Amino acid sequence: MATNGSAVLDALGDPTRRSILERLADHPSAVGELATVLPVSRPAVSQHLKVLKDAGLVVAEPMGTRRIYRVDPAGIDALRAYLDRFWGRALLAFKAAAEADPEPQEQP
Amino acid sequence: MTETAPATSVRSTVVVDAPIDRAFTVFTRDIGSWWPAEHHLLQGELAEMVFEPRVGGNVYDRAVDGTECRWSRVLAYEPPNRVVFSWDINLHWQLESDPTRTSEVEVTFIPVGRERTRVDLVHAHLDRHGEGWEGMATAVGSPDGWDRGMQAFGEVLRADDR
Repeated sequence: MATNGSAVLDALGDPTRRSILERLADHPSAVGELATVLPVSRPAVSQHLKVLKDAGLVVAEPMGTRRIYRVDPAGIDALRAYLDRFWGRALLAFKAAAEADPEPQEQP
Repeated sequence: MTETAPATSVRSTVVVDAPIDRAFTVFTRDIGSWWPAEHHLLQGELAEMVFEPRVGGNVYDRAVDGTECRWSRVLAYEPPNRVVFSWDINLHWQLESDPTRTSEVEVTFIPVGRERTRVDLVHAHLDRHGEGWEGMATAVGSPDGWDRGMQAFGEVLRADDR
């Protein structure tokens, strides 16, 4: 599966989408169920689900007239890409901090 | 790269223009000076990050209202060469209280001459976080498996991504 790293980052950058992902990890749900338990409108939930789906983090399965969304277990490798990027960024910030002028108490 | 790494870890490396003692101090005691600001589990505004410099200590975030989030246990503390701390955060960005379901970050500091230090970071045992990580193993064999981290590193270098 080709995971789009930046799509994953964007998808996970939003607190509502993280809440949705959290809910789905515990309870695969339809859009309406998510809209009931989360403080967002049904159209907004749909939009968030689309972003999560495009990022490969959730999958949808038809069940009767509804579509049930669940966390895509194969898509979780996207989270590894997320950590790759996280540490890459963090270490660059660390480098900048380590190379900045030391504070006075650190002088020999 | 010929390096092979377990399917369940992520690696990153940086060389800093600073002596090893300073690199170690900035990484640990001064962790709040560089940790990406958006990566905190706290609800409230962050006041400080604290790295308790001893085995058995915690790394934690403290909010301005005094709330603390102890998201890591210090597993090894060997200044200025090595530090290992746990990643007690689950796949849903919540604290993980079961240590058997946490991963580990090992950071090794290697002097490169007197004024530079190479810092190798391995975030290992990601599979311990749960069943969801099983999908990782198949991703590693794909063309964009292990190289992705280095690419991301390069992207950050070029774009200074947020």
